[in-house]
Amino acid sequence: MKYIIAVIQPDRLDEVLKKLEEKEIHLVTVSNVVGRGRQKGVAEVYRGHKEQGSLLRKVKLEIAVNDAFVEPAIKAVIDGARTGQIGDGKIFIIDLPECIRIRTGEKGNMAIG
Amino acid sequence: MKITLAIAAVVLLTAGTGICETQQLVSAGSLTSQNSTIDTGDTAWVLMSAALVMLMTPGLAFFYGGLVRRKNMLSVLMQCFMALCIISIQWVVCGYSLSFGPNIHGIIGGLDWTFLTNVGMTPNATYAPTIPHEVFMMFQMMFAVITPALILGAFAERMKFSAFVIFILLWATIVYDPVTHWLWGDGGFLKNMGALDFAGGAVVHINAGMTALAAALVLGKRQGYPNGISPPHNLPFAALGAGLLWFGWFGFNAGSALKASGLAGNAFAVTHIAGAVAGVTWSVLDWLRYKKPTTLGMITGAVAGLAAVTPASGYVTPIGAICIGMGAGIFPWLVVTCLKTKLGYDDSLDAFGVHGIGGIWGVLATGLWATKAINPDGADGLFYGNPLQLWIQAKAVLFTMIYSFVMGYVLLKFVDVVIKLRVSEHEERVGLDLTQHREAAYTIID
Repeated sequence: MKYIIAVIQPDRLDEVLKKLEEKEIHLVTVSNVVGRGRQKGVAEVYRGHKEQGSLLRKVKLEIAVNDAFVEPAIKAVIDGARTGQIGDGKIFIIDLPECIRIRTGEKGNMAIG
Repeated sequence: MKITLAIAAVVLLTAGTGICETQQLVSAGSLTSQNSTIDTGDTAWVLMSAALVMLMTPGLAFFYGGLVRRKNMLSVLMQCFMALCIISIQWVVCGYSLSFGPNIHGIIGGLDWTFLTNVGMTPNATYAPTIPHEVFMMFQMMFAVITPALILGAFAERMKFSAFVIFILLWATIVYDPVTHWLWGDGGFLKNMGALDFAGGAVVHINAGMTALAAALVLGKRQGYPNGISPPHNLPFAALGAGLLWFGWFGFNAGSALKASGLAGNAFAVTHIAGAVAGVTWSVLDWLRYKKPTTLGMITGAVAGLAAVTPASGYVTPIGAICIGMGAGIFPWLVVTCLKTKLGYDDSLDAFGVHGIGGIWGVLATGLWATKAINPDGADGLFYGNPLQLWIQAKAVLFTMIYSFVMGYVLLKFVDVVIKLRVSEHEERVGLDLTQHREAAYTIID
């Protein structure tokens, strides 16, 4: 089992969710986040004062998958989120030792599905 | 406890005498012999206008509140609402009397009307012959409330709440009331000089704006200013507040006719025109200089235009209002977007830049575009063949600017010495909502 964390552009979220759906990956947690990377972004201006070094809005997806679904999930995120512009985001993958479904108490592969 | 005592002391000090005279209020109110002079239309309009002006203070709270950071939202709302409550009390106790009471050397009103003694249901022929005196008093109360609230734009996000309360009580009594008497009180020296201030360009906007500048200087910058300050936390609130201000401004200016008359109608029209023109002007300048027209710029321009037309609204034509609106888009824009950053003072929400500069422009512009064709009781301005009026207006501007700045500065320093104006560094970082009020504006979890 792997835990996939993807940080993407907010405007790519719908596309990424659609691609994940196509690969039959339904389990996903989405949060609004702010952060910064190499992207400079658009400076906001308030009464002539430019906001400098402000954090950029991103969307974070967390997807827990069985090993067989790791590659399809990565492909779905990249297909949906990639524009070729700086700031498209990143995908992090970490090992997931355990997963438990609260309702039934099922564990591991059974629980993720 | 110390704070409670201090507030009580201030109230008592400012109250002077008169609590025993409240009995006369009742007897004066029960005089019915002059009721025939009351005009129901005028009274209805001024009652409505007082309510409109009252709504401007909560409107201002949202206008300012939207511009601060999340952690300071409640502190702004609280300061505005506390101004509404406490200045209303001050007005009843002594403020109205000091502003409009029997004249003392053109400088200040006497204490004859403290606790609204002799302010009853019959009209006061000098100020408003066709409406109850009490209605005039309430209409003016709303002006007294919003003026100190305007100042908080300069010291938002860093002033102790206790210091705020004591400061606005002192300021209302020592700065607002005399300046109101100078321009509007019977026998006020600037009024006698012929200065025109229809609805409060000097009394409200220059007055608040100059003390705001003093406050920005006395308190110093917020931590992290200018680069480490987060953007406005809720611009939709600011837009809502600006909308409420605009709405209330019809009461502010058209209500200042104190009649439901043609003059009120003209004031209504020129108020709206100047606000609209200034909003467009500010947007165009933003568009040219910063590539995009901004929401904040648009609403700021509108407020500056409404502030600028305030002193002129009873004297100028729609064409005059267009010119005043354009100036109100240009001069405050220059000060707020260019000059402030260069000079480096932290007028957090531009109380000086918008209201001070807008007010100065408006009072001077009244000396340019005023015409007796609109108001025979007014005067002609420079463009109508009377350059002297501009000079009179300039003197009114100077007197108000100097008095308001100097006294504002002195009072702030005084409060600073007594109980300290500014919150600690830690409290400023945590935010005023939590440290001053033990509340949070927004929950994160349902």
